[in-house]
Amino acid sequence: MTKFAEFLRNMTMAGKFAFLGIVIVILLGILAPAIAPHSPHDQDITRKFKKVDGYPLGCDELGRCVLSRLLYGARLSLTIALFARLLAILVGVAVGLTAGYFGGAIDWTLMRLADIFLAFPSLLLAIAISMVMDSSVQTVIFAIAASGWAEIAKITRASAMELKTKEYVTVAKTFGAGDFRIIMTHILPNAMPVITVVFTMGIASAVLTEASLSYLGMGVPPELPTWGGMVNAGKDYLIAYPAAVFYPGLAIAFLVIVFNLFGDELRDAMDPARRVNL
Amino acid sequence: MIEYTIKRIFAAIPVLFGILLLTFLLLNVIPGDPARAVAGPRADEQTLARIRSEMELDKPLMTRFFSYSGKILKGDFGNSIVTGRPIMTSFKEKFPVTLKLAVMAALISAVLGVAMGIISAVNKGGFIDKLSTVMTVTGISVPIFLAAIVISYVFTVKIPIFASADTTDFSGLLPFILPAATLGMRSAAFLARIVRSGMIEVLNNDYIRTAKAKGLRKSRILFSHALTNALIPIITVIALDFSSYLNGSVIVETIFTLPGIGSFAMNAISQRDYPVIQATILCGAFIFIFINLLTDLIYAWLNPQIRDEMSGKVSK
Repeated sequence: MTKFAEFLRNMTMAGKFAFLGIVIVILLGILAPAIAPHSPHDQDITRKFKKVDGYPLGCDELGRCVLSRLLYGARLSLTIALFARLLAILVGVAVGLTAGYFGGAIDWTLMRLADIFLAFPSLLLAIAISMVMDSSVQTVIFAIAASGWAEIAKITRASAMELKTKEYVTVAKTFGAGDFRIIMTHILPNAMPVITVVFTMGIASAVLTEASLSYLGMGVPPELPTWGGMVNAGKDYLIAYPAAVFYPGLAIAFLVIVFNLFGDELRDAMDPARRVNL
Repeated sequence: MIEYTIKRIFAAIPVLFGILLLTFLLLNVIPGDPARAVAGPRADEQTLARIRSEMELDKPLMTRFFSYSGKILKGDFGNSIVTGRPIMTSFKEKFPVTLKLAVMAALISAVLGVAMGIISAVNKGGFIDKLSTVMTVTGISVPIFLAAIVISYVFTVKIPIFASADTTDFSGLLPFILPAATLGMRSAAFLARIVRSGMIEVLNNDYIRTAKAKGLRKSRILFSHALTNALIPIITVIALDFSSYLNGSVIVETIFTLPGIGSFAMNAISQRDYPVIQATILCGAFIFIFINLLTDLIYAWLNPQIRDEMSGKVSK
C-alpha cells in the first residue's frame, strides 16, 4: 500500500487528473441510488426533451431523467468493464503462465488458440456472442472478455518465459518444488506488475466495446441505462435535441480518457526508461 | 527469404483451421434448435424442415463441418437466408467499397499521424507538443460511433460541404472522405504517439549527433536518418489498424450509409441472417491473418536481423 501511495505522489499532473477522474466516476456510480434525483426508469412522455425543474440535464425521448440515467449508467458501464477485464485476466494469465512455463507442445497449442481469438474482428465476435446467448449483463461481460484474454495470454507468456530462467526458479527446482508451487510463488508474483498494467490499460477498450455494443443494440437489455445505449436512443433526435447524444457521449469519452491516461502512468512507473520519451 | 515465407504460411494453417472450426461452432451450438433461430419464432413446420435440410442439420456435426469447410475452400460461403443470394456475390460487390474506405483511412492516418508525431518530437515539451498530446489522447478515447455521428451531423447538416447530390454513386472519392477521416482518426492519434516516442528515442542517438555535426540539413536528418529507423513500429501500427478497420467499418459504414462489408454485416445482424454473419466474421479473421503475414514479411525484408530471429523461432 505504501508503494501505491508513493506511486500516487510521484504521478504527473495528467496522472493525478486521471486518478481523480476515475475515483469520481467510481464514487458517482456507487452512490447513484443516493444522489440520483429520480429513478432511471421513471418515464413520462409529456416531459420528452423538456427542461423541467428538478431535472438538471433535461429528459430523454421517453421523458426519463438524463442525469439519473447517466449516474446509473456509470455504475453499469464500470461494472461490466471491470468484470470483463477480470474474467479476461483470469483466463489470459492462466493460459499465459501455463504456456510460458511448460513450453513445447502445450505452449504451441495454447498460443495457436490465442492466435485464433486474436484474429477475429473483436467487435463482430462480441456481437455474434451476444446474439447467440441471451441478452444480459453476464453475456456482455463474457462477449468482451472473449476477445480480450488472448492478448493478456501472450504478454503473460512472454513474462513467464523470461522469469523461468531466473536463478531463484532454478534454486526452487533443485529444492524439489513442484511446477504449480513455482508458478504460484515465483513466477506469478513477479509477473504481477506487467499484469496490472495490462489489466488497467484494457479497461478503456472494454468501456469502448461495451458502449459500441449498446450503441448497436447488442448490449444489455435496452431498458437498463448504459451510456452507449443512451447515445443510440438519442441519435435519431440529434437535430431536435443534441443533448441526448452530447451528455452520454461526453461521459464515455471522459471515462476512456482517464483510464487511458492512468494506464499510461502505471506503465511508465513500471518501466522508468520509457518515461523519458513519453 | 523464400524459406521464411513458406514457413510463415505453414504456421498460419492451424490458425486458419481453428478459425473455421470456431465460426462453424458459433452458429451450430446456438442453444435450442438452430433452424428455429434462423427462421424466427413464427416459422411453420414446412419452413423449418426446409431450413433443416438446407443447413444439413439432419447429418452429424463432423460431417457438416467437413462439408462446410469444403465449400469455403471452394469460395462458397452459402446463401443469405433473407435474400437467398450467394454471399460470395454480395462480397464481390461490397468488398471494393470497404477496401477503398480502409485504404483512404490508412492514408489519412499515416500522413496525419506521422506528421503530428514528427512535429511533436521536434518541439518536445513545447506548446505544439502539448496541444498534440491533448489531441491524440482525445482521438484515442472518443468512441468511433460518437465521432461518426458528430462528424456526419456537422458536415452534412451544419456545413454541408460534403453532402453529395447523388447518394447512390460510390465510384468517386467524395462519399469516402468523411467516413475515412472518422475511421482514420483513432489510428492517426495512436500513430502520432508511437512516432513521437520513436523519433525522440532515435534523435538521441549518436549517429544523429554525428549527422548534425556534419552539418546536414535538419529535414535530411529527420527524414532519411530518423524516420527510417522509426519505420518498424509505424508499419506495425498501420498494419494492425488496417485489419481493425473491419470492426470500425461496421459502425462507420452504417452511419455514413456506405454499402460495404461493414454495413452488410450490420444488416445481417439486425435481420439475424446467421450465414452472412458467419461469413463476415470469417472474412475478417482471414484478412487479419493475411495482413499479419504480410507485415511479418515486410519486417523481414526491412530488417534481416529480425528475419533470422523469426525463422529461428518458427522452426523451433
